[in-house]
Amino acid sequence: MPKRSDIESILIIGAGPIVIGQACEFDYSGVQACKALKEEGYRVILINSNPATIMTDPEFADATYIEPVTWQTVARIIEAERPDAILPTMGGQTALNTALSLNKHGVLAQYGVRLIGAQPAAIDMAEDREQFKRAMDRIGLEMAKGAFAHTMGEAQQIAAEIGYPIIIRPSFTLGGSGGGIAYNPDEFAQIVASGLDASPTDEILIEESIIGWKEYEMEVMRDSADNCVIICSIENLDPMGIHTGDSITVAPALTLTDKEFQRMRDASIAILREIGVETGGSNVQFAVNPADGRLIVIEMNPRVSRSSALASKATGFPIAKIAAKLAVGFTLDEIRNDITGKTFAAFEPTIDYVVTKMPRFAFEKFEGADCRLTTQMKAVGEVMAIGRTFTESLGKAMRGLETDTCGFDFSLPEGVDGDQFLQEKLAVAGADRLWWLGEALRLGDAEGWSEARVHTVTGIDPWFIREIGCVVALEESLRGREVAALTVDDWRQAKREGLSDLRLAQLLAADEVAVRSAREGMGVHPVFKRVDTCAAEFEAITPYLYSTYEEECEARPSDRRKIMVLGGGPNRIGQGIEFDYCCVHAAFALSEDGFETIMVNCNPETVSTDYDTSDRLYFESLTFEDVMAIVAVERPEGVIVQFGGQTPLKLADALQSAGVPIIGTSPDMIDLAEDRERFQQLLHRLDLLQPENGLARSADEAVAVAAKIGFPVVVRPSYVLGGRAMRIVHDEASLLRYMREAVSVSSDHPVLLDRFLNNAIELDVDALADGARVVVGGIMEHIEEAGVHSGDSACCLPPHSISQAVIAEVQRQTEALGLALQVKGLLNIQFALQGDTLYVLEVNPRASRTVPFVSKATGVPLAKLAARIMGGKTLDDLGLTEVAQPKGFRAVKEAVFPFVKFRGVDPLLSPEMKSTGEVMGIATDFATAFAKAQLAAGSILPDHGTVFISVRDADKEGVIEAARQLQHKGFTLFTTAGTHRALAAAGVASETVPKVIDGTRPHIVDRLISGEVDLIINTTEGEGAIRDSKSIRQAALDRGIAYFTTLAGGLAAAEAIARGADVTAVRSLQSYHAAEA
Amino acid sequence: MMHHRQHSAYLVLTDGRVFQGLAIGSRGHRVGEVCFNTSITGYQEILSDPSYKDQLITFTTPHIGNVGVNAVDMESERVCASGVIVRQMTRTCSNYRADQGLNDWLLAQGVVGIADVDTRALTRHLRERGAVNGVIVSDGSDVAAMMALAQRWSGLVGRDLVGEVSCTAPSNWSQGSYDLDAAEFALSDATTPIAVLDFGCKQNILRMLTDRGLQVHRLPASSSAAQILACKPAGIFLSNGPGDPAAVGYAVATIRQLLRHDIPIFGICMGHQLLSQALGLATFKLKFGHRGGNHPVENIVDGKVEISSQNHGFSVRDDALPEVVEVTHRSLFDHTIEGLQLRNRPVFSVQYHPEASPGPHDGAYLFDRFAQAVYTYAAVD
Repeated sequence: MPKRSDIESILIIGAGPIVIGQACEFDYSGVQACKALKEEGYRVILINSNPATIMTDPEFADATYIEPVTWQTVARIIEAERPDAILPTMGGQTALNTALSLNKHGVLAQYGVRLIGAQPAAIDMAEDREQFKRAMDRIGLEMAKGAFAHTMGEAQQIAAEIGYPIIIRPSFTLGGSGGGIAYNPDEFAQIVASGLDASPTDEILIEESIIGWKEYEMEVMRDSADNCVIICSIENLDPMGIHTGDSITVAPALTLTDKEFQRMRDASIAILREIGVETGGSNVQFAVNPADGRLIVIEMNPRVSRSSALASKATGFPIAKIAAKLAVGFTLDEIRNDITGKTFAAFEPTIDYVVTKMPRFAFEKFEGADCRLTTQMKAVGEVMAIGRTFTESLGKAMRGLETDTCGFDFSLPEGVDGDQFLQEKLAVAGADRLWWLGEALRLGDAEGWSEARVHTVTGIDPWFIREIGCVVALEESLRGREVAALTVDDWRQAKREGLSDLRLAQLLAADEVAVRSAREGMGVHPVFKRVDTCAAEFEAITPYLYSTYEEECEARPSDRRKIMVLGGGPNRIGQGIEFDYCCVHAAFALSEDGFETIMVNCNPETVSTDYDTSDRLYFESLTFEDVMAIVAVERPEGVIVQFGGQTPLKLADALQSAGVPIIGTSPDMIDLAEDRERFQQLLHRLDLLQPENGLARSADEAVAVAAKIGFPVVVRPSYVLGGRAMRIVHDEASLLRYMREAVSVSSDHPVLLDRFLNNAIELDVDALADGARVVVGGIMEHIEEAGVHSGDSACCLPPHSISQAVIAEVQRQTEALGLALQVKGLLNIQFALQGDTLYVLEVNPRASRTVPFVSKATGVPLAKLAARIMGGKTLDDLGLTEVAQPKGFRAVKEAVFPFVKFRGVDPLLSPEMKSTGEVMGIATDFATAFAKAQLAAGSILPDHGTVFISVRDADKEGVIEAARQLQHKGFTLFTTAGTHRALAAAGVASETVPKVIDGTRPHIVDRLISGEVDLIINTTEGEGAIRDSKSIRQAALDRGIAYFTTLAGGLAAAEAIARGADVTAVRSLQSYHAAEA
Repeated sequence: MMHHRQHSAYLVLTDGRVFQGLAIGSRGHRVGEVCFNTSITGYQEILSDPSYKDQLITFTTPHIGNVGVNAVDMESERVCASGVIVRQMTRTCSNYRADQGLNDWLLAQGVVGIADVDTRALTRHLRERGAVNGVIVSDGSDVAAMMALAQRWSGLVGRDLVGEVSCTAPSNWSQGSYDLDAAEFALSDATTPIAVLDFGCKQNILRMLTDRGLQVHRLPASSSAAQILACKPAGIFLSNGPGDPAAVGYAVATIRQLLRHDIPIFGICMGHQLLSQALGLATFKLKFGHRGGNHPVENIVDGKVEISSQNHGFSVRDDALPEVVEVTHRSLFDHTIEGLQLRNRPVFSVQYHPEASPGPHDGAYLFDRFAQAVYTYAAVD
């Protein structure tokens, strides 16, 4: 069927900010959808609040709205743009829910807009547990047995039908509190009683436990002619009980017979038909009882998902792109397979390699977080690796994670009861269970760790356990041998089992260089094979490659001028989509300049790992070994390491030493900017200021330095990412505790101490330089004061409270630094402004997190221009003399945090970065832009009600105006005693509410829980006060009450509320920029 | 961790290319046509499929043997392929239905194999070069001598392999499909007789016919039309089978005689090729065949796409189609004929494998269609 001609314009709803469970895979899908629909001539309208996405680049849609993704905002866009249809399946759960709300509120009917890809009834049926269960009953598929109960009697009746173990989940409790697993009737009675008690609706879900069952996913597509194909099967190595996003997964499924696989295939297709997914891709999850093969349907997602992004990268079949084309009426047999160029999308990819996906966690960022892996996703990123065998791909994935591991390198700590220790590590899965599993297998039968026991404890399929056992056994057979004694067969076998050079270096007590040269000396190199969707049955015309130790190489490098871009690897806090955005822009820009572009990355969620983003894609881990193997084959003219964040930067020195041509700003200058002493000398030479600071290699030295520069001090380990372990310390006792507990300090790893600048305003600058000239791309004024990590701070572009004189000085210093560091490409500088004095906090001559935000706000693609400079162009060549800053509007960036996923963690902002994503709010005035950013980040500012204000002494004067504004707006004011006095002195009346430690009730947390408070402004200082106020922030978080923990944030919110900002007003990016031009 | 000492083995192709690897299964040497199958699942069904007679099967999926072997997933009584070529032989098997490890099964069946081969390189070679003969050597025989042996081998073209795999005497079949949930084969209450002409029939075909209430009389390929008609069949099924369809002239002659009656006829794979010849069409050898579980086939009648299981090295020529014959299915990969029917009677056949096993079940409707025709015929008769 040809495309629909009854539709001319289509609105695509994006997923909003990066959060745990909804990450850059939806940029990937959105970009594909935009491209596919534009290609077909449709007018594409896009909404997404996330400025760090490629999809919100103005050229990807005809009208791009960087606005909060809420149904009210979308309704305004519909009113303005009158699209014919909405494609809601590309933006995760956010987009589906928004579409459902639009339908529920009659917006779709009012404007005659139809949903394409999925209909409301189908979405509902897939989402609603009861409806879904009935649908499964109709097609004869089983789900886990279970039912809701409201009394003990009902519960026992259900239990009798199910059999033990049984899972009890109370309805509507936070974080599942009051639930549990019962293995016998006594436990059951106990948990049911507490569950009924905990549930506000006296309701509990009683369900058969399928923990430990095998878990599978099927990626299915269906077109309007009812053709159905399975794109990929995925098997979870970690069985049921751990969220698939937190599980190690492999593709294809490896432990199914054909009968079992086909049963799952039939079931998947039947589910799509029954739910009524008309066109597009869906993800269906199954559990299989390993004892008897019983098949249970877990759930289905009638949309593109994280798994479909993975499946696309795993097979070379672009699910999102095809889904977009199917949504407008094409059928699978009408869409060409890009990879072969000859065949069509109506087939099922078959693969001749194994793909392993591993999750990346960030528990170290969240003190007090529950690190156990459960059914709620906690991973912040993932890495994918392709190898010809499971062990080869597993080894690549492990080293691609960049968690300081290069293989199965864990060993039992000294002095622990090994048996008990491993029992716990294996039974209660954490981020590192795989490594402990390797250690258990290494100890083996002799120490009581048979493969059978490992299987019993973990539920992991014996096949995987044996494979890992073989790797560990091979490691042990190599341990302690001489590098020179290894034969060609030894090397070949080790590499084919996925052992990295680094791991071999550990086992052979040599260094990586020695291992590498010995291996190369033996002629053992990887070859590159192609991902071709068809297991070599047809020729692949698209160079999508992975390394493996085999005979034949299919790389076929060209003799064109070529530049290689090293990507950022798995997402983590501090290094996310912003860097992928920069890498993608580098590929686009250099391609425009006539270079062949080569992308290297291992993150399946990203646009950079789309095979059509660059000319050639190497899906490889970003380690020295893996990158060098590609360089050896491709011999690029230049390699870009400055765009992918710390990951490629860490490799710069080693690559350069190995003769790899790094282009752009030199690694030496990057090092200069990071090296404390060299940097200090530079600032001195340029006559620029930095906060007083010092270096300590021991606790005593730290105390001495602090005494010299004065408290409070900012302390951090040297060479860190995202402010890892960075703290503001107010007194000596806290400093000593920090030195003792938070860091392992040594002469190699000193600690840096900086004087903390009280009440300073932080400024972030992104600039371009070509070695001869520097052009400032944008200056951002942070809303939170210095001391909050720049990645966690909201900021405004252009600055809203800074004088022209300061801006000129910022420009002067930026130019001086850019020239001194001979920057060729991007430059980011963080300044602190205290009074009229400007301090340089940090200089990063490389891509920064704010580059996409600045580019969206100014309409100037900084990363693209920087890449072209790196490719040899000058600013003159590019015709760039200045980047015009917006005059008619302000753009506010706000950070988005994962605290709801980490209960028990204090959601206080600090120098350590904790946000996973960001949103952008645009409006003609600062307050409205700020309020829109808050809304986009999920924090709805109230327009009436009660505000609770409790601020530290330093903020008492500052908060008065905000209190007055809110009171004038009609808010009731709750305050704590000190704040009450300060306000009263200024003539603002408020009601005093006891603090929790006052011992009088109801205290403030009681009032929060009772729902009496709508807004919180609460700033604290000192460890005691922070501890005391934690329960306030926790209660606010749990109840979704807007809260501000900095004065600046509180003031901005108060101003926005006082103004009565119209937060659902919409305007496209293209229109903003046209007005500026 | 391997359970046996690793011996080297070679795959020697007659065009001079040699792959070195490790011996699996029995020690020995076996000559055959080297082909590749791109299915991800179902190695047991593939290895026991009689259509693979005299072929050395390359599995493109790298891990083979993971789920072991069981008594249920058989397509014949034994391994029919001559040899097995894999990237990685499994190091353990894991499945609740497994009775035996793959390697033990190959050993017990005397099947020679080679592991650790760059099967992707081999597949690309076969794709570029076309089907080639070769020999797996795992008994230390001289490689040059083995290549000469393979070069002297007659190959598949012009050879009647059907006679070597067909049943030797008529028998009845009464086992239905295997039900995974019930863990048993369905029981037959079949009453309507059909004749299955066994050219090397996969058992799942017999099971799916049985499921539809058809009483299966399985007859040797060499049966005469009179012998076939003697079962009073309400339908005739022409099975799959190995080798060159042009070399089974006797069966073509038989089918031509059967076509004079108005009994419904359904053919699969070899059965399709023989029926085509009986209808006046010729067959030819494909460059490297279709073998896998992901082949898209367009049903020309309703415009829908079926994902099919395929295993054929020969195909039906697309020219000189008699007026009475209609092409019903075509491959969306290379547009070769995948199915045809007589315009005026329930006589139809497909090149692919609607019985799946292994592979997707999209073509199962063809069995329903045949059963329907049989019942209609039986009712009138």
